[in-house]
Amino acid sequence: MATISARGLSIAFPLYHLAARSLKKRLLAKAAIRVKTDESNRVVVSALHDLSFEIRRGERVALVGTNGAGKTTLLRTLAGIYEPVAGELMVEGEIGSLIDPAAGMDSDSTGRENIRLRGLYRGMNDEEIAALEQDAAAFSGLGEFLDVPTRGYSAGMQVRLAFAMATAITPQILLMDEWFLAGDADFMTKAEERLARLVTGADILVIATHDMGVVRRWCTRVIKLEAGRIVADGTVEEVLGPAHAPEAAEEQA
Amino acid sequence: MQQAVLPIYRIDANRPDRTGRAMADLRAGFASWRLAWTLARLDLRNRYRGSVIGPFWVTLSTAALVAGMGLLYAQLFRLDIANYLPYLATSLIVWNALSAMVSEATTCLSNAEGVIRQLRLPLTTHALRCVFRNALNAAHSLPLILVVFALMGQWPGAEALLVIPGLVVLAVNALSVSLFLGMICARFRDIGPIVANAMQLAFFMTPVIWKPELLGEGAKWLPLNPFYTMLEMVRGPLVEGGGTLMTWVAALLYTGALGGIALAFFVRFRSRVAFWV
Repeated sequence: MATISARGLSIAFPLYHLAARSLKKRLLAKAAIRVKTDESNRVVVSALHDLSFEIRRGERVALVGTNGAGKTTLLRTLAGIYEPVAGELMVEGEIGSLIDPAAGMDSDSTGRENIRLRGLYRGMNDEEIAALEQDAAAFSGLGEFLDVPTRGYSAGMQVRLAFAMATAITPQILLMDEWFLAGDADFMTKAEERLARLVTGADILVIATHDMGVVRRWCTRVIKLEAGRIVADGTVEEVLGPAHAPEAAEEQA
Repeated sequence: MQQAVLPIYRIDANRPDRTGRAMADLRAGFASWRLAWTLARLDLRNRYRGSVIGPFWVTLSTAALVAGMGLLYAQLFRLDIANYLPYLATSLIVWNALSAMVSEATTCLSNAEGVIRQLRLPLTTHALRCVFRNALNAAHSLPLILVVFALMGQWPGAEALLVIPGLVVLAVNALSVSLFLGMICARFRDIGPIVANAMQLAFFMTPVIWKPELLGEGAKWLPLNPFYTMLEMVRGPLVEGGGTLMTWVAALLYTGALGGIALAFFVRFRSRVAFWV
């Protein structure tokens, strides 16, 4: 059964490449509590601090919070990209993450080659790659452009291809960043159905977003992050307040 | 961006099990060698995008270098050209492959930044990609050695088969160096230029264009130079009737040491790479 459980999870980013002293001092002078130096005198941003939560099967969790609150970092940690410096994390179930649509794309390769490459990135066998190719080719609606290097695509076409490849999955745990909500309106209507199927098909959804409409529509639980800590965790109503007064509720939370 | 991860992903910072995770990374990386291979081929294709003869430019420039330097240095060192040219061709081609490998190893992880921070992939995949890319690239120049042999009418004997274990040992070192330098250079961005300088120096310190005999008595110290032993594993069998036992022993010792250091480093710091790149 799909579950995610975290106990005391912490992630700290050492800022290695800004060792220039003056810069360091200036950063420290403005001392947000999150930027500090560690025992070996490095500048460290505490991106996530002591998070504990449990997400069970069937829950659709929205991660909300201002920019830099740690939403994407938490998604990446759940996806296994960042390993925590403290605490414990257990994720049970097959993970599918839609964090950056363009990661691993090769702009000199054709759309079709990119689809096959994505299949290899996912560790698929030939059969699965062929299925992915068919599915993504059909959905993207790129037609003959599939055999043109993606360098020659318009921005909209690139989004369509990336979206088609990324969403051709049926994971048990779906991790999503809000990028895909930024597509052009026309395509989003078409994408809506596919996205809805993906979201409802997954046992667990964790989505990082600023869009409270998305939260209210899809999610059953909200975890609000602030400066890398959980400041609120509860049902949508508990955290955001009743549906008809979203703005006021947001301020209270 | 779904990754084929084990159904259960458990990580506890108090019990990191670094060795287990590093081994799992290596296993997963080798198991998905097809990905590394495809990426390596794409790298080469993209590097020579639009070029008519593509990677054979390297072959051509090496050929020109060998011809030019061969004529000049045969005069300078007063060597017989039929004997010197095969030596120089083998040396230069193997050295170029070796030096390209080392210099690309320094960026093999930092160049994959976009992927490392977005997808959960074994780091071994990025190192393998670098090894495959360099192997493919070298494969375009290696046949040049045969051309020179044919032109000079100098063919090695059966000992030439020792080239195969030599190349295998080189490949092991290539992987170690990719992991090791890849990680170090992701963390300390100054190491890359230092390595480039060191390789430049090593080119002159190693008998690439000059023959070990020119050192006279000092030649017996040459196995202390790891680059010499690596070079000799491939060059020896081809032009000198097989490397000496000493160079093979030294080469294997260096391989073991480098592999050990790279592995220790990999085990200890693998989980930090996503923060470094």
